[in-house]
Amino acid sequence: MEGTILRTENLRISFGDNNVVKGINMEIAEKQVTAFMGPSGCGKTTILRAINRLHELTPEAKVEGKIFLHSENINEMEAMSVRRRVGMVFQRPNPFPTMSIFENVISGFILNGIKLKTDEKNEIVEDALKKVALWEEVKDHLKNRSTSLSGGQQQRLCLARAVAMKPEVILLDEPTSALDPLSTAKIEDLLYELKGNYTLVIVTHNMQQAARISDKTAFFYLGELLEYDDTKKVFTNPKNEKTQNYITGRFG
Amino acid sequence: MTPFDIQGLKGRRVKDRIFTSMVWLLTFSCLAVVFIILFYLFKMGIGSLNWALFTQGPKPVGEAGGGILNAIVGSLMVVVVAAIIAIPIGVSVGIYLAENRGRKLSDYVAIAIDVLQGIPSIVIGIVIYIWIVKPTGKFSALSGSIALAIMMLPPIIKNTEETLILIPTTLKEAALALGASYFRTTLKILLPAGIGGIFSGCIIGIARIAGEVAPLLFTAFGNPALNFNVLKPVDTIPKVIFAYASSPYDDWHRIAWGGSLILVLFIILLNTIIKIFESRWKVQF
Repeated sequence: MEGTILRTENLRISFGDNNVVKGINMEIAEKQVTAFMGPSGCGKTTILRAINRLHELTPEAKVEGKIFLHSENINEMEAMSVRRRVGMVFQRPNPFPTMSIFENVISGFILNGIKLKTDEKNEIVEDALKKVALWEEVKDHLKNRSTSLSGGQQQRLCLARAVAMKPEVILLDEPTSALDPLSTAKIEDLLYELKGNYTLVIVTHNMQQAARISDKTAFFYLGELLEYDDTKKVFTNPKNEKTQNYITGRFG
Repeated sequence: MTPFDIQGLKGRRVKDRIFTSMVWLLTFSCLAVVFIILFYLFKMGIGSLNWALFTQGPKPVGEAGGGILNAIVGSLMVVVVAAIIAIPIGVSVGIYLAENRGRKLSDYVAIAIDVLQGIPSIVIGIVIYIWIVKPTGKFSALSGSIALAIMMLPPIIKNTEETLILIPTTLKEAALALGASYFRTTLKILLPAGIGGIFSGCIIGIARIAGEVAPLLFTAFGNPALNFNVLKPVDTIPKVIFAYASSPYDDWHRIAWGGSLILVLFIILLNTIIKIFESRWKVQF
């Protein structure tokens, strides 16, 4: 068991009068895959977005409690530096449509105004695309628009874009929900490969996915953390009745 | 026979025919008006299009020939300077409105723009006369540009806002999630993604003001001599058309037709540019 990289302390998130997350205390281990599971509306995506401080874009969202990245309270840090250290992959592939494949991979650098030499750029692009197993498919047309890729390729490009910034944590918000089964399998393989080098937090509706790739699974229900343990334990011997019902498909 | 009551079916068919043909007829008459105007303009103006029209200034009264070079240069100058003033302001306001929807201030700004769009151009001319021409004590191309810039703002703002609203939020989130600042996200992601719509807003703005004469009467005023100085008065094509068309001289009428044709060709060119770039710069999300 490695150290803790993320820790929440009584995390509460509400949108107007709607309390979505009701006091979550949890620790996320470094260099492991943690899966967030639970029925729709249980707050899993909301928590994930709070870790990247994306709720600041929504005026009515209110985040209370604390989230620590290592020992720093992220709400006291600059939003920009939090987001630079915590990468995010979204539900739908969202490569930057005006940029080429190449530019998309280094878009984190472009957008942060970090100047790179040509060979540094090439190295970063090749390395990131290899990590997401996209290099062989696109190496001959890196100058093409990113939107010329298929959905699955686009999502891998988005993962490469996050990986290129060498973040400490990568948050994945149902990264395969908009993809076909084949592309999904590819992304899952990738996440499996990345684990060990990166800390991944993945929100998923897909139980097989959680079981296959995660080390730990958190089960949320109506904004509360009902169960959080090693994935094997959660799936074979859940302590909570609701978790069991959900896993066995009785509701969800 | 069907069990349903199909009485009146014939009547419905007739109504349908009438409605369809009305739509066709009205669409056609709208098109016809445009073509009749264009046809007439070409018929009257094409004979006036000669080298002298583009290369010479006006001749003294009573002398035949001459051209409107001074007005062509003046119009281009006034319009380009107006665009330089209006585009940065208009695009910024458009960004503000798109990014701050639902706020009180945005509502007020939006209403203000609607009002601005409805203000008669002559009023804008008078206001600029009082604000700029009177204090500085002289008519100038620049004051004309400022008046036109104000008129250009609404289409630029609206097009920018409407284009940016259509860009998926996920794109902005993706940029911010990489640690980008708001400024860079706007500059590197949102504006490039919306460039087609923003550009056509700017061109629509230019097309709107290119034929304006009212706001220029009290500002750019007029100048029979060729002038490249924005701080001095200039002639503009619409103003020359106005002056020449209301004169008693046949030769001046001829030149007014030529000027009208040039202006309309310019507007057609702008519209063609919009069509080309809108499709070429269309961004798929």
